[in-house]
Amino acid sequence: MAAQTLFEKIWNDHVVYQQPDGPALLYIDLHLVHEVTSPQAFEGLRNSGRKVRATDRTFCTLDHDVPTINQTGPISDPDAALQIEHMRKNCRDFGLRLFDLGSHEQGIVHVIGPQLGLTQPGLTIVCGDSHTSTHGALGALAIGIGTSEVGHVLGTQCLWQVKPKSFEVLVNGKLGRGVSAKDLILGIIGRIGTSGGTGCVIEYRGEAIEALSMDERMTVCNMTIEGGARAGMIGADQKTIDYLRGRRFVPSEKEFDQAAARWLKYRTDEGAHFDRSITFDAASFAPQVTWGTNPGMVIEVTGKVPDPAGFDDAAQRESAARALEYMALKPGVPIVDIAVDRVFIGSCTNSRLTDLQAAAQTVRGKRVANTVHAMVVPGSWQIKAEAEKLGLDKIFKEAGFEWREAGCSMCLAMNGDMLQPGERCASTSNRNFEGRQGAGGRTHLVSPAMAAAAAVAGHFVDIREWANA
Amino acid sequence: MQPFTTVEGIVAPLDRVNVDTDQIIPKQFLKAVVRTGLGQGLFFDWIKNPDFVLNQPRFKDATILVARANFGCGSSREHAPWALIDFGFRAVIAPSFADIFRNNSFKNGFLPVILKEAEVDHIFRAVANHQQPYRLTIDLPSQTVADNAGWSAHFELGEFQKKCLLEGLDDIALTLMQDQEIAAYEKSHPVPYRL
Repeated sequence: MAAQTLFEKIWNDHVVYQQPDGPALLYIDLHLVHEVTSPQAFEGLRNSGRKVRATDRTFCTLDHDVPTINQTGPISDPDAALQIEHMRKNCRDFGLRLFDLGSHEQGIVHVIGPQLGLTQPGLTIVCGDSHTSTHGALGALAIGIGTSEVGHVLGTQCLWQVKPKSFEVLVNGKLGRGVSAKDLILGIIGRIGTSGGTGCVIEYRGEAIEALSMDERMTVCNMTIEGGARAGMIGADQKTIDYLRGRRFVPSEKEFDQAAARWLKYRTDEGAHFDRSITFDAASFAPQVTWGTNPGMVIEVTGKVPDPAGFDDAAQRESAARALEYMALKPGVPIVDIAVDRVFIGSCTNSRLTDLQAAAQTVRGKRVANTVHAMVVPGSWQIKAEAEKLGLDKIFKEAGFEWREAGCSMCLAMNGDMLQPGERCASTSNRNFEGRQGAGGRTHLVSPAMAAAAAVAGHFVDIREWANA
Repeated sequence: MQPFTTVEGIVAPLDRVNVDTDQIIPKQFLKAVVRTGLGQGLFFDWIKNPDFVLNQPRFKDATILVARANFGCGSSREHAPWALIDFGFRAVIAPSFADIFRNNSFKNGFLPVILKEAEVDHIFRAVANHQQPYRLTIDLPSQTVADNAGWSAHFELGEFQKKCLLEGLDDIALTLMQDQEIAAYEKSHPVPYRL
């Protein structure tokens, strides 16, 4: 058989039916559901008298709306409470498993999928959420979908997809000291642009990618959608297997080794062809800070706020000027001179244990600047427990951070955790769109260590020059 | 789903690149449990500005939006096309769209039309040069966009998408025509989890 890419292997495995000259009908192995993008899908099923086709391949959680303080208490926002009740009722009525509030298994959907061993190499995974791309870090094909498609997958366990192009992003060499996976993916998006991957599935390959931990790989795949691609993926290797061993939903002992042998095949074959390919040198990336209102508006921490006049075309100039106006930044200001009011460490991009460890190491024995309000929101209750076992919560609290409960929180600010108009935030999340973290709020995307350092300094700093780095 | 065949109407120009779905409809409207009434949230933060294009009387009855590249990027929220439809739009024209937004649009009988940069430029210029509202006809069967002054442009679209739009097909019913294939697939691919 001809050499195949990881993407082709999974795609070919899952085509149930191919429309002549049209989309393919793909079988979906895992459907993750959350409270915000599903109510209308369940309503559609009810109205047409349909059932959920594969209740054993559908898993639900509550994450977008949920409070991060006293989560099991009454929900004060009536709209959020209603949406959460809908999710519970839909799970009861349709016979679906729910990782409810108060359960050890609850957390951000893209954190708990891998953590519970639901995310496995070779699977097709969908969720009504663009950051579903995260799961590709384990060698899966994971696609974010809209609510109509959520309804379609509930009803048929299948998804119509026009076959995307395959796009290899090869990162050779080693990342420098203090340069994280977040910096790598922000840097890549800065170079390919926010629509650089449109119509494609990106596979990240090369020495720098193989060297990443599973948590770091998830960060990279998570933000693939910010480059416009339909999915991001990384081939399975021994790290993937070691990560999955012993997790809640993976096959048990004896069958695990068989599964592992099968999983290890989910890698791109030597000599396989990609439709597009781009190569980067890992050493060329430095810690990144976004300056504008989309994730592609990003620059090295040693840089200065760019001058819109310096951009090539009119649309970019206009867009940069608008962004600077919204962000209240002037061209030429060094990034390290930008002061922040808030720091958010969390989200499906950067709320895993190693993210919290990196932030904790940065702030250990230090204090959050008295001009800054800082919070840490673990991605799941399990991560929260693991972090507390390591004493990370104490480090954060002693430094003046708030230590919260699991949820999406201020990444999209649906649950009441939000910026006030004009506030400036160093955030480990994934989107710096206008108003994303609260109307009028100004978001700068950074790595966990960079966010933690900014909390202490009160402004951005180059983590490579930070004492503990 | 409502079928789409042709739409004739006023064009509203949104001269911005990378219009993300957080701008089209912000988070506070995502707490809805129904898909109707979301027009009140459309461009919620931008529309507060009295100069915003959709506040100008001549675009009040617009049914076609024209925008710049990468329209609908970001969040997968289907509330974005729901809000555009509820506000009165039937189609949006841009040089490129984010994949999820484009898919979501098709599922709602809302047409995302991809034209070349030069053609989109032409529409922006035409809107600016007309004292009266500039009108376009988008015809799905012939895959054309045309004005009454003789200008027209062709757009590409998959045959399957086109058929679904023209007939307003219920996706799930269509898929369940392959029920045998799906069942056979399921039989040979057991659930990969220890439940």
